[in-house]
Amino acid sequence: MAEEMKAKLKNYKTAPFDSRFPNQNQTRNCWQNYLDFHRCEKALSAKGDDVSVCQWYRRVYKSLCPISWVTDWDEQRADGTFPGKI
Amino acid sequence: MAAPAQLGLQNAASPIMEELIAFHDHALMIIFLISSLVLYIISLMLTTKLTHTSTMNAQEIEMIWTILPAMILIMIALPSLRILYMTDEFNKPYLTLKAIGHQWYWSYEYSDYEDLAFDSYIMPTYFLEPGEFRLLEVDNRTTLPMEADIRVLISSQDVLHSWAVPSLGVKTDAIPGRLNQAMVASMRPGLYYGQCSEICGSNHSFMPIVLEFIYFQDFEVWASYLYI
Repeated sequence: MAEEMKAKLKNYKTAPFDSRFPNQNQTRNCWQNYLDFHRCEKALSAKGDDVSVCQWYRRVYKSLCPISWVTDWDEQRADGTFPGKI
Repeated sequence: MAAPAQLGLQNAASPIMEELIAFHDHALMIIFLISSLVLYIISLMLTTKLTHTSTMNAQEIEMIWTILPAMILIMIALPSLRILYMTDEFNKPYLTLKAIGHQWYWSYEYSDYEDLAFDSYIMPTYFLEPGEFRLLEVDNRTTLPMEADIRVLISSQDVLHSWAVPSLGVKTDAIPGRLNQAMVASMRPGLYYGQCSEICGSNHSFMPIVLEFIYFQDFEVWASYLYI
């Protein structure tokens, strides 16, 4: 599975179409991938597994989310005021 | 960009805009035909000495002027819906561009590989070179590859703005806290101009958009320069 993920990451051009978010409003797409990356990272590092499989979510949220949003959310996570559940 | 005193639509740079121009011509022709018919009938009514004071029923003409407009409306609706669904077609984007509106400039982010970001302010009139367009030029143009489907995610950092490029048939509102997706594709290289299309304060008229579409290989070269 890790090899497939590495191949997918190597061929990454941009965030692909996500059928969960088919319409014009992509806010939730960015938010969900941000959450998914940090949850994946937290869960796998707690188990001591290889965190690199989470990189897909990171690439997608980096493509979609404005940099200022990501900076704000990172600060909120550091402060403990992040509104999402990670 | 628009020529001085231009009334019609700008030349299309994308297939969707070509469809929109064709539809506009089709609908406008129908409008001209109906308007001239009505004007002609009015002129006939006003210039006749004949009168008819006992109209009781007129079944045949009532049928005609109900059925015929219904058919005309269908002839307008079908191409319109076709284009509407065409703009929503699923396509695989090659690149994602984020356009963020601020008071009073746009900032662009290309984050697919590294975080490449820059601001795009209007070029003040006294800095323009001869031949450049007043109130339309910017200091940093948004460079994009031609013949590629590009996903543009539009948002705002403060108030409502709207990202519009008429040649590509794009106008999408920039709403704080929301990411609006639009697809953009140009068939040929060139410079395409647009302006902010939602009132956003004193310099709303002075935050233009310039897209510079270039060949693929040149795009990779340009992107690498942003690292410096």
